[in-house]
Amino acid sequence: MKRQLPVFLTFLCAFVLTVQFFVPHRSFEQVYEVSNIWLQILGVFTILIGIMSLVESHLQKIRRRQAQWQYSIITIVGLVLTVAGGLFGSVEAGSGGIFMWMYNNVLNPISATMFSLLAFFIASAAFRAFRARSAMSTILLLAAAFVMLGRVPLGDRMSAGLFPAIADWLLNVPNVAAKRAILIGIGLGEASMALRVMLGIERSYMAGD
Amino acid sequence: MRRLMVWILGMDRRIIFLLLALALVLPLLFPVKLPVRVTPEVKKVYDMVDGLQPGDVILIDMDYGPDTMAELEPMSYSIMRHVFDRGARFVSTCLSATGVSLIESEIRHIAQEKGKTYGEDYVFLGYRPYPASVILSMGQNMRQSFPIDFYNNPLDSLPLMRGIRNYADLRFVMSVSSTSGVDYWIMYGHERYNFPLALGVTAVMAADYYNYLQSGQIEGILGGLKGAAEYETLLGQGDRAIIWMNIQSVCHVLIVALIVVGNIAYLATRKRGV
Repeated sequence: MKRQLPVFLTFLCAFVLTVQFFVPHRSFEQVYEVSNIWLQILGVFTILIGIMSLVESHLQKIRRRQAQWQYSIITIVGLVLTVAGGLFGSVEAGSGGIFMWMYNNVLNPISATMFSLLAFFIASAAFRAFRARSAMSTILLLAAAFVMLGRVPLGDRMSAGLFPAIADWLLNVPNVAAKRAILIGIGLGEASMALRVMLGIERSYMAGD
Repeated sequence: MRRLMVWILGMDRRIIFLLLALALVLPLLFPVKLPVRVTPEVKKVYDMVDGLQPGDVILIDMDYGPDTMAELEPMSYSIMRHVFDRGARFVSTCLSATGVSLIESEIRHIAQEKGKTYGEDYVFLGYRPYPASVILSMGQNMRQSFPIDFYNNPLDSLPLMRGIRNYADLRFVMSVSSTSGVDYWIMYGHERYNFPLALGVTAVMAADYYNYLQSGQIEGILGGLKGAAEYETLLGQGDRAIIWMNIQSVCHVLIVALIVVGNIAYLATRKRGV
């Protein structure tokens, strides 16, 4: 029963939601609307589980004095302050509350800095990785160079429009062909996996089964 | 010469960091506006917004946080300015948890600049978790996911929302996003409810969406800072993305020059068996 019930519920939900997609009747629409609301409510509970898991793992790290446990204290203090700031203060811009202060003075600069540093690492990595070691790597580095130059005004000026034309062709022809092949493959894989889950053949979503 | 080539191959990465820092700072100190060539995919988005009539309503979904705001904020600003200039109105959502306050301040900034009134000219619905589910339920009735707006006003108390039930009441949807929410807008939004959809995404994401552009599933696309600069060029308002594009120009040229120099050194030393 412990195994059959989840499999039966999965099949029932998947079957009803698949059928409703093809039946344009008001009652089926209602089923769809209710299931969407349920999905969002269940989603909120998964956030709660995520927070509990985060707190538990970091508390354990602090208790056992594991490597770099000090950062776990910062994580938990940050979590508590953010939640408290959001619950007891305003989350509107210009409100002057602690939540917005943290958002503007902690999250904003940290996120922007982390992302900005990527430019430096990409420059260094491009210098070392893009080497004409073989025919394939030469194609890769040429494509990268043309797209990089073709997507900026200076490259347009330098080549009188040639680099942008090459970059556009690369994006619209080889790129689209490869992406489309990958997407069709993913789509077929997803459909077959969905069918396996629906029919109870794939049960890995039930832990330990 | 050989020693120079060997030195180039093993160049300390801090030299590259320093060169890149100079490439970033110098165009900021001495800004130059190079003309930006407008691509058809950006012109299409511009034409969609330009075709709005006074009173029309669109949905602008803005899903990004501080990490990608440099690329996406100029896009959002240009689109919102253009919508307001056309006398049209917009409903906005943010399906990224870290971006809600940022998006709210951006909308407020442009609304103040254009002298627009909340609830009549624009509405901000805010954030709800699980974008796929939110996008699907908004297709039935926006009130399912958003019974209240970001400021806790019931939707029916807002004049703009009184005639808006779902996507069928909107002219089109524009998603400016740095998240996988874009895929949901295509798969669950456009495919199920068949509304016209345009995208604004980061430069690294843009290549992933050209196939949807070719298949006609999206109407147009603004890719990264370049897309934003093209839109600013067409709109004739704002120049932040255009100026920043020149910084990106110098950086891209520097990176390509480093690749070329690195390959010359690699080929020269390889021939000599180093």
